[in-house]
Amino acid sequence: MAKITLNINKKEYPLEADPQMPLLWAIRDLAGLKGTKYGCGVAQCGACVVHLDGEAVRSCVTKVSRAVGKQVVTIEGLSETNSHPVQKAWQEIDVPQCGYCHSGQIMSAVVLLREKPNPTDQDIDDAMAGNICRCGTYLRIRAAIHLAADEQKKAAPQG
Amino acid sequence: MIDEQTVSRRNFLKTSALTSAVFSLGFYWPGSGKAAKIVNAAEANNFGVEMNSWVHIDKSGKVTIFDHRAEMGQGSYQAVPQIVAEELEVNLNEISVVFAQGDAKKYGNQVTGGSSTVRGSYKNLLKLSATAREMLIQAGATKWGVPKIECHAEAGHVIHKPSGKRMHYGELVEAASKLEAPKDVVLKKRADYKLIGKPLRRLDTPMKTNGTAVFGLDKMIPGMLYAAVERNPRLRGKVKSFDDSRTRLIPGVKNVFKVKMGVFNTYREGVAVVADSTWAAIQGKKALKVEWDDTGFEHLDSEEIYKRQAEALKTQEGLAFKKQGEPNEIIAKATKKIDVTYETPYQYHAAMEPLNCVAHYQEDKLEIWGPIQAPEWVQDYISKEMSISKEKVIVNMTFLGGGFGRKAFMDYPHEAAVISKEIKGPVQVVWTREDDATQGPFRPGITYRCEGVIKDGEIDAFKVKLAGQNNSHWRGGKKDVPNGSASEGFLKPYTDSIKNLAIMDIPFETPIPTMWWRSVYASTNGFAYESFLDELAHEAGKDPLDFRRAYLKEDRLQKLIDKIEEVSGWKSRKKGEGFGVAITECFSSTVAQVVKVSKLETGGVKVDKVWAVMDCGWYVNPDTIKAQIEGSVVMALGAATIHQVKFKDGMAVDNNFSTYQMPRIADIPPIDIHIMDNDADAGGVGEPGLPPFAPALTNAIFDLTGKRVRKLPFSLLGV
Ligand code: FES
Ligand code: FES
Repeated sequence: MAKITLNINKKEYPLEADPQMPLLWAIRDLAGLKGTKYGCGVAQCGACVVHLDGEAVRSCVTKVSRAVGKQVVTIEGLSETNSHPVQKAWQEIDVPQCGYCHSGQIMSAVVLLREKPNPTDQDIDDAMAGNICRCGTYLRIRAAIHLAADEQKKAAPQG
Repeated sequence: MIDEQTVSRRNFLKTSALTSAVFSLGFYWPGSGKAAKIVNAAEANNFGVEMNSWVHIDKSGKVTIFDHRAEMGQGSYQAVPQIVAEELEVNLNEISVVFAQGDAKKYGNQVTGGSSTVRGSYKNLLKLSATAREMLIQAGATKWGVPKIECHAEAGHVIHKPSGKRMHYGELVEAASKLEAPKDVVLKKRADYKLIGKPLRRLDTPMKTNGTAVFGLDKMIPGMLYAAVERNPRLRGKVKSFDDSRTRLIPGVKNVFKVKMGVFNTYREGVAVVADSTWAAIQGKKALKVEWDDTGFEHLDSEEIYKRQAEALKTQEGLAFKKQGEPNEIIAKATKKIDVTYETPYQYHAAMEPLNCVAHYQEDKLEIWGPIQAPEWVQDYISKEMSISKEKVIVNMTFLGGGFGRKAFMDYPHEAAVISKEIKGPVQVVWTREDDATQGPFRPGITYRCEGVIKDGEIDAFKVKLAGQNNSHWRGGKKDVPNGSASEGFLKPYTDSIKNLAIMDIPFETPIPTMWWRSVYASTNGFAYESFLDELAHEAGKDPLDFRRAYLKEDRLQKLIDKIEEVSGWKSRKKGEGFGVAITECFSSTVAQVVKVSKLETGGVKVDKVWAVMDCGWYVNPDTIKAQIEGSVVMALGAATIHQVKFKDGMAVDNNFSTYQMPRIADIPPIDIHIMDNDADAGGVGEPGLPPFAPALTNAIFDLTGKRVRKLPFSLLGV
């Protein structure tokens, strides 16, 4: 056990954790933020994706010690009012069914759209390949990413 | 229990002395098989039953609906309010939804299975909501001293048109709560619906885009510890001994002990590790050394299971599920016949949220929270197993991260309750993905032998024999009667109109626990029956869709066939272009699908497009239906081309998504979905879209390549 401090969604969480503990369980059980999900524990499903200094990482295989001194953003911290363009697109298209995979799906999509503001279908396939949806919402995920891209463009300053 | 006579003798007026701050309406079930009565809180009180308050309006006009069914993605959280808002005349966004607790006495059947949420309750819900509306209108009319007929309700208000007076529901709840529920209210006509039938946005979506939806795994209660359990890998059986010396060294581990939980008529034992975090519990579980006692449990391999099924189909005739005419005689005499075998695999549910459950055992009660499809079964089972009276077992449903049938089972809540009792405190039991993937129950794999004879372009004899586990046997079902679902999925007009027909079920057992999986037997039957029909159509030299049309004479089916023909461009396709069709029925809905495939340059085939037409009768939300069909096709694609639970030495081999691969975003073809409009009773929505996909796909592959796929799963790249 070690005393560590995590910065999650711009808030400091002083925690006592085994440094080997995956970031996922530190976020969920120690910081009590349950929006980030456990699906496989072995980097196969993407349910646990969070941002670590802006990069999408699978928190189930990221040691909590790696997050110390970095900015962790989880689904709860993506926007204050559920209004990030990706969240809005997800709502507009009613993407979720059970919804369990979508914290991870959304966190992956946000990074994709930052890196590729105009993603092609191929870009989406590549970037989202690590996120499983057992309910099969994939077609809507694709549509929502395109919609979010369009909205981002509209919102961007002209010129 | 009070019978109807007693109820009718009661004097309702007496209850009007009761004042109530709110207006609640609910149902009262006088007894099994009898129609539900609509009652208000005061009447319920009078009957000596607790109010089940399905709809509840407080003085501020806030409407709360108790959703009696689990929300596992299929949309009950949306469908139930959409139905209520329509007849109650309130805006959908003014309704809040609370999951009802498990209680069969209060809510009737709450098992979310058989695609039954809407079809099982919509008539009652419509009537209840209309009754509430009429009582509120009556309350308004009385207040103003005007005839009720001059008043109507709109957007949460009662309005008196002649005078322009209007009152908010909140101002009328007190008066309405004192009225007797009228017996026969007039329901709206479908053409007048403002909400039902519209693709309204789901109420639960916003919670699922910002992490606030509480799934079972997200439930936290004060003082809660976490547990992980190492269970017998052979699905049932006992713990002989265990060594927890390494486990106890892990920081955070608090307790290690043996637990057992019910698996149908038997038990499964395991070793529970209780800790202060999920991670510590999982680490502790990994560090255990357990010796198992598998006495009496045959250590089967998959190959052996299918060998036995093949053997049984060769040597046994089975029990007749349906037999008419002289199929055996015709087949025996025929100079030309089709005699083929279809094989389907065991399947794993693989909900994204692994099994988990929170339990808090206290002196005077046991409370459960979890992703639960069948709350009242859990209540019932735990009450019996742990000798706690039923009222003291409180079962709360959270959102479910997928269910597909697996979460309509009692093993995981039972185990959590046992662990909580042992540690005398609240606990969350977390199943790792590996636990979830290897412990079953699984969907049974079934082999079908199909024999048929064509004469003058028509089916002269049709015989299907099936050998596979019958889920009902685990629940004590009789073994000398055929599986009651032996033709589930196959359209009834075929079995009615084919003169010489036999459907035979060969009883088949293994020690592997099995249970329903999305669309149940239709998921395997559909593949066998609809592929076989395609073979018969080709043998008859007929167009596969026309061939079906000739047998499916009912008007609804003819219209469905016309529709799929039209939307898929079936008629303008060229032969050998890779089109296949299949039509199946389950849970009172029929779905036709056409699949189009093409050859890949690198070898194998790819799915270019899927067209689906759903006839589910009366429906609530077309967008939810579309989503369910999209999901069904994706799940069916996995089941047809990737998934099989393999057994080796009595254990399931694949234990995570690394080897039990899921379809991913790049694998999904475009899916074009259409819904039939008619006034038939509502059918299911969550499952019927699954069964036709596999046969439509393999029929398309036959059209493209001339190769018949008769064994699932098969690799698209290997075709
Ligand atoms: S839980 Fe981390 S990738 Fe599945
Ligand atoms: S919505 Fe259920 S797993 Fe994706």
